[in-house]
Amino acid sequence: MAYSAQDFKKGQPRWCPGCGDHFFLANLHKAMAEIGVAPHDIAVISGIGCSSRLPHYMATYGMNTIHGRAAAIATGCKVANPRLSVWQISGDGDGLAIGGNHFIHANRRNIDLNMILLNNRIYGLTKGQYSPTSPRGFVSKSSPYGTVEDPFRPAELCFGARGHFFARAVATDAPGTVDILKAAYNHKGSSVCEILQNCVIFNDGCHASVYDKKERAKNAIYVKHGQPLVFGENNEYGIVQEGFGLKIVEIGKDGITMDDILVHDAHCKDNTLQLKLAMMGDGDGFPVALGVIRDVEAPTYNDAVEAQIEEVKAQKKYHSFAELLETNDIWEVHN
Amino acid sequence: MNIEELSEVVVRFSGDSGDGMQLAGNIFSTISATVGNSISTFPDYPADIRAPQGSLTGVSGFQVHIGADKVYTPGDLCDVLVAMNAAALKTQLKYAKSNATIIIDTDSFGPKDLEKAQFQSEDYLGEMGIDHDRVISCPLTTMVKECLADTGMDNKAVMKCRNMFALGLVCWLFDRDLNIAFNFLRGKFAKKPNIAEANIRVIQAGYDYGHNTHSSAHNVYRIETKDKVAGRYMDITGNKATAYGFIAAAEKAGLKLYLGSYPITPATDVLHELSKHKSLGVITVQCEDEIAGCASSLGASFAGALAVTSTSGPGICLKSEAMNLAVIMELPLVVLDVQRGGPATGLPTKSEQTDLLQVLFGRNGDSPMPVMAAFSPTDCFDAAYEASKIALEHMTPVVLLTDAYIANGSGAFRLPDLCEYPDINPPYVPEEMKGTWTPYMRKENGTRYWAVAGREGFEHILGGLEKDDKTGAISTNPENHDLMTRKRQAKIDAIPVPDIVVEGDKDDAELLIVGFGGTYGHLRAAMDQMRAEGKKVALAQFRYINPLPANAAEVLTRYPNVVVAEQNMGQLAGWLRMKVDGFCPAQYNEVKGQPFKVADLVKAFYAIIKK
Repeated sequence: MAYSAQDFKKGQPRWCPGCGDHFFLANLHKAMAEIGVAPHDIAVISGIGCSSRLPHYMATYGMNTIHGRAAAIATGCKVANPRLSVWQISGDGDGLAIGGNHFIHANRRNIDLNMILLNNRIYGLTKGQYSPTSPRGFVSKSSPYGTVEDPFRPAELCFGARGHFFARAVATDAPGTVDILKAAYNHKGSSVCEILQNCVIFNDGCHASVYDKKERAKNAIYVKHGQPLVFGENNEYGIVQEGFGLKIVEIGKDGITMDDILVHDAHCKDNTLQLKLAMMGDGDGFPVALGVIRDVEAPTYNDAVEAQIEEVKAQKKYHSFAELLETNDIWEVHN
Repeated sequence: MNIEELSEVVVRFSGDSGDGMQLAGNIFSTISATVGNSISTFPDYPADIRAPQGSLTGVSGFQVHIGADKVYTPGDLCDVLVAMNAAALKTQLKYAKSNATIIIDTDSFGPKDLEKAQFQSEDYLGEMGIDHDRVISCPLTTMVKECLADTGMDNKAVMKCRNMFALGLVCWLFDRDLNIAFNFLRGKFAKKPNIAEANIRVIQAGYDYGHNTHSSAHNVYRIETKDKVAGRYMDITGNKATAYGFIAAAEKAGLKLYLGSYPITPATDVLHELSKHKSLGVITVQCEDEIAGCASSLGASFAGALAVTSTSGPGICLKSEAMNLAVIMELPLVVLDVQRGGPATGLPTKSEQTDLLQVLFGRNGDSPMPVMAAFSPTDCFDAAYEASKIALEHMTPVVLLTDAYIANGSGAFRLPDLCEYPDINPPYVPEEMKGTWTPYMRKENGTRYWAVAGREGFEHILGGLEKDDKTGAISTNPENHDLMTRKRQAKIDAIPVPDIVVEGDKDDAELLIVGFGGTYGHLRAAMDQMRAEGKKVALAQFRYINPLPANAAEVLTRYPNVVVAEQNMGQLAGWLRMKVDGFCPAQYNEVKGQPFKVADLVKAFYAIIKK
């Protein structure tokens, strides 16, 4: 059955006008229509925060739960009914601060969740405190003199937790976002999609270098598996490996040709270069990598749970409670 | 040799925590139960993983009470104490009656052993004031070594069999059939037949030692069972019975069983037990923390499983936010709290009833939650079944309280027939409500319908924010919040629970003893003793604590004297005072981490009557 974005829409979003969450929501509706899973076979599970309101605007099953626990709740939901397509929605505070433990363990287990991290580098719902992704020195209501701590970078955390899928998109970039959401759905196992999203009220311009199309053309690189890593308004720049690091080169200059450019390999098990790509653009002169950065197949937790149950069912002779009782040392008492 | 008929006997095995006392005690109780004796056991082990060998803190004990009639407790003091080393004698003598028979391994009472156990001289019996006549002094280690000399086993493996010699000796003392022990060991060591045979040889040697020397004890004892209830039985611990109750409930309800858990003493055995039974489709997820244990279970509940999370007191602290989410989302969830000594890490391996007020009230908002408590190791089965039934049929989280004492203790469990258990019928939303249904529509009893994720036409959002009664949308309307709060409360209040049964002299008792959960055995034994002594005494043991049975107020105000006896500083008493106007009971409170002693209870209860 074919679905349209309309089939996944519900209610009237209450986010601030211009909030990146509006763009993302529309892109999610669109992606779900293209994916084609029926609304009743989808569960969208969020924690607490502005972005965690999202399930209320989905015509699917959903839960808007408690702060930080979305990944844990989604885990139980997926394991209990693997037929459901489970989407976990969290912001940077929900997912990486209070929910950091569940985030890393969901990745480690490789449970088949589509984990969306809406990163605006601020606490919005509580009105403007720095978050675990705010840069060092960030001034906010809770850090009037600037923060004195380093942020998490979501990709680094995901990779450190042995994540097998990491992709990034800008909320306002419809095709880019729909692409990674579909890739996340198709990836079996935990998949982290970092959505760069602007908070118009408390952290406006936090992703300015890539937020609109024009800036993106200059400051971002779309990575695609099997394609050379080129960027620039006319794809005039490329990325090459140099020593232990990456380097930007200009194609056609100093004898550099397309053959010299690094070809993206999202399926490479060794995440070294993928991590380098994911970490680019933090004021280092490199472009911000968008698209599917890592996408490696691995056994999923939920499949393994099911497989083990089937295996043990075949091995063991007891399959009901009455039969279980008989496996014990039993004695009989006669009158 | 004098053979004496006994109606009951208490045996305590004690030794270093590496000496295998739990296994020896377990086998002895199984043998006794197999011949039809009533049994009640209590393992008492140290919190340390392995304290220094021979030290006072490293002593592990296992007490078993066997009786011709029903026994309700592991017994206050033992009739036979096995002390495998000097430290065991030093620390465990306080659990022995003054005329108890004491079995010691003289090989473990050397100068170093005595020093570690802080004896002042070599006359350890004299120091402890023990009459030599009641001691079976036996060079146990030497004999075990001789017995296994030709097996080629190394010293470490040989030393592990010492417990079996003690077991053999105790089996001789109580005229037990060794074949039952042999079968048990052959089953336990099925993959290591030489270990099984070595253990069997040592048991036999211990038995023969007793028989050949007639030992230095005066008597051999027999305990013949009276009033047997015919049937098929197994030995079961409370934790295992709890796990079985969940399995049975899931099967009856036709649902998958999901356990989200995190290791914590003394609840972990429930996780262990359920993890074994994948052939029954049981899903166990060992989570990253207590919070995820509860949260993932709630996710599983949303997806249509019988969801359970198991823990102890400190784990409840961490789970409380997710438990509260289950309250407002009105999803079924069973929270098992195997209580231990608190606060904080407290006494991890010891028993208390100090979580009652935490589970009743330890959440933000008005957050009513059914709470029930199991009475005994075997009763954990029925309690887990009932908790599951309430959760599933009333769409609510339910707390089931057990405690370290009944969780680790065991009893003879008559194999249940599931056909005799009531059906479990969750309120699934009827198909004809498609199109008109909203998430907080309720049945007549106030329970909302369950639309399991994946059902076409019933897509909906639940969550931690207050919802509109009619539409299910987020609502901050003051009238609606007031209404929803009342509806959540009314739903719990309307859960039908059986009337409390008053045992003993229910018509004319001069004293009503009141307790809850795992103290049943001790309170019952105290009541029995006082009645045997001619007093009019009754017992009301609460199984359902929220909601209270409908007759609770009437029962509690019927008698001239009431004492609420509990292993905390008065939590049940406080709850009952809140619920029953004018209720002002006497209290008996004890928080020693150990089960009550019947003798202490009786003494305290007499004092109340005499006042």
